[in-house]
Amino acid sequence: MIVELGHFALVLALFTALIQAVLPMWGAQRRIPGFMALATPASVVQLALIAVAFLALMHAYVTSDFTVLNVVQNSHSLKPMLYKISGVWGNHEGSLVLWVLILALFGAIVAVFGRNLPPTLKARTLSVQALIAVGFLLFMLFTSNPFERVFPPPANGQDLNPLLQDPGLAFHPPMLYTGYVGFSIVFSFAVAALIEGRVDAAWARWVRPWTLLAWVFLTLGIALGSWWAYYELGWGGWWYWDPVENASFMPWLVGTALLHSAIVVEKRDALKTWTILLAILAFSLSLIGTFLVRSGVLTSVHAFATDPDRGVFILGLLIVAIGGSLLLYAWRAPTLKGGGLFAPISREGALVLNNLLLSAAAATVLIGTLYPLFLEALGGGKVSVGPPYFNATFIPLMLPMIAALGVGPLLAWKRADLKGALSRLKLAFVVTAVVFAVMGYLLWGRSIFGVLGMALAAWLATAVAIEFAERCGVGKRGGPATWLKRARGMPRAAWGMTLAHFGLAVCMVGMTGSALWQSEEIRVMRPGETAQVGGYSYTFEGAEQVEGPNYTATRGHFTVTSGGDLIANLDPERRRYVVSGRETTEAAIVTRPLGDLFAVIGEQQSGQAFTVRLYFKPVVSWIWSGALLMAIGGLFSLSDRRLRVGAPTRRGAPRGGVAQPSFGAARRED
Amino acid sequence: MRGAILSLVLILLTAPALAVEPKEMLDDPKLEQRARELSAEIRCLVCQNQSIDESNAGLAEDMRLLIRERIKAGDSNAEIKDYLTARYGDFVLLKPPMKPETYILWYAPAVLVVLGAFGVGVYFWRRRRGGASASDHLSAAEQQRLRKILEERDGAA
Repeated sequence: MIVELGHFALVLALFTALIQAVLPMWGAQRRIPGFMALATPASVVQLALIAVAFLALMHAYVTSDFTVLNVVQNSHSLKPMLYKISGVWGNHEGSLVLWVLILALFGAIVAVFGRNLPPTLKARTLSVQALIAVGFLLFMLFTSNPFERVFPPPANGQDLNPLLQDPGLAFHPPMLYTGYVGFSIVFSFAVAALIEGRVDAAWARWVRPWTLLAWVFLTLGIALGSWWAYYELGWGGWWYWDPVENASFMPWLVGTALLHSAIVVEKRDALKTWTILLAILAFSLSLIGTFLVRSGVLTSVHAFATDPDRGVFILGLLIVAIGGSLLLYAWRAPTLKGGGLFAPISREGALVLNNLLLSAAAATVLIGTLYPLFLEALGGGKVSVGPPYFNATFIPLMLPMIAALGVGPLLAWKRADLKGALSRLKLAFVVTAVVFAVMGYLLWGRSIFGVLGMALAAWLATAVAIEFAERCGVGKRGGPATWLKRARGMPRAAWGMTLAHFGLAVCMVGMTGSALWQSEEIRVMRPGETAQVGGYSYTFEGAEQVEGPNYTATRGHFTVTSGGDLIANLDPERRRYVVSGRETTEAAIVTRPLGDLFAVIGEQQSGQAFTVRLYFKPVVSWIWSGALLMAIGGLFSLSDRRLRVGAPTRRGAPRGGVAQPSFGAARRED
Repeated sequence: MRGAILSLVLILLTAPALAVEPKEMLDDPKLEQRARELSAEIRCLVCQNQSIDESNAGLAEDMRLLIRERIKAGDSNAEIKDYLTARYGDFVLLKPPMKPETYILWYAPAVLVVLGAFGVGVYFWRRRRGGASASDHLSAAEQQRLRKILEERDGAA
């Protein structure tokens, strides 16, 4: 009964979305207030209906209702409760329900809290948002119904893929989807603005918090996914340039570019058409990501051909959404008037460079991801595009960006003094030169990217610190107490920028360092034997069989010592899940500031001997700490009172032409 | 995520063992290091986007052993890659070779940056020729507001 209720709620949500897509748009064109006002209640009703459907599905999972096909295929009565819940979105159909739930949630938030939006803009934005929902609800109801019953019901389910039964992956999809779908609101705002024919600083201020929010979640989602790969897949890699990873990385790159270009629109009223294009592209890449993952086209072109319904439907959806919005862009964008002027050497100019390189990087990832598909489809033979390609193309694009990133925040708006900015970075030059020399000596002939990566990370970190210190007036009159007071008084957005840019430097140290100095030992070990890995002694103390709730496991014991002192106990497991018979490796990891101790236990050899893989992975945890810092920076920016109170009215928003030399000045404008 | 995970599961199912096994490894650590680096650039043919160095599949193991045999026989890295592409095609190389079919792939990043830089150049050039000053874009009301803000600031300072 509850299951049918959920199914019915989805159908009702489709009709609500249809109404919300058509009437408010019509009302905005014809200036009919009643029709426009309809968008708000419709958004709320749509959210409520989809929430009912989502909860109905969750109920089926929690109660292990094996009359529902989706539950049978992805759950089991013995599964721990956390994974019964996360199982709802651990599969194709359920993840789509989550997708539209977040879509509707964002729409409803705009509807309820966007009271000060101009009525036509609000109506059009919500209407576009509903149009996206219509597409996805149709897709679900016609090709991917999560509420399909099965008769006769089996006695138990087939269990969730054991690799997904992990806390990291339980929360990875909701975060990633919040990021993906967060760009939908930005997209809707962009399309609505194109229809309105007006983009100004106020528009940028409405859009920026949404971009920030989406970006923060996408950052966290990607970081969580990468962390999961690191500890779960058993060889300690954290990024594989896998198409599925790329699918989430492309919107992130374009979203990062958008985040920065929206600042230029807000502060200087320039780069409007470009920002609109980025807004469209960020969501288009999210859609392409969904298509790549969901259609099965990545596994092989043949999988796509044998079950073409879903693939063809999403392809159609892509063509309508991306093609339609780009056509609208081509038609309307030339009518948008450009605003503030700026010289090439200026804060705006630096942000243009950032956009250029980030967009080129996103395009490179897109080309690399899709090239094998296109080449095969065109009969050009099969090629593989793997990590070596991406490392050879992506890294050279990012290195100049990091170099410029150190200088950019020191440049003034409109027209800047590059020489002056560089001379303020004297200390950063010295630090970079020292790091470069030391790394060059250590890594002579080994890794040029390693030397550059470490030197640029040092450059960025020092430049960020200098910029922050200057802004606090360090070195000027007043002691540390005054500096601290100034730091506290700085706008949150300034804090956000500093944290995020510093996070990137931390991340770079992690990526470069972990690749350069990893120690690895693969061997067969008997109890009592000791292996030396990266200056630590790993002693194998033996292994035992243990029982988990829905698996049995071999658990090994290692003690790690350094100079005779006990540093850590490592207990890696090798699990065999009872229902599916699948095995997973649970690496044992102890994180220390300078590196991770990492142990994996493998197959049993003769007697009590086991194959083991032992690692010391230096600074690897800095990768995720850096990503976390970036996300925290985003949240700081999001909490800036400019964006909070600032949910601005058009009249009250400063327009371009008002020179704002820095973030610091922006605060007084409110 | 599901696609990747499914494929990973398939890989893990085919041979539940860790990637490189101790028994496969060469005695000479230098040669073994070469084998590892080379393996990271060779695709496991039955997996999805995994190198044979990372893969647990039986075929990957065979290929790892093959590479080590060739290294012991004294082949250079290029010779081993040639040997593998002759058998399995370009598909086996994770770093696609430079040839007419892959020109677009390899040159696109540089071409995109150059085109983008050209576009930015045109943007600045046209705006400079346009010559309008920023305040021309403000309406009368906005001009007034600007004056007011500036006055307030001066007053506060």
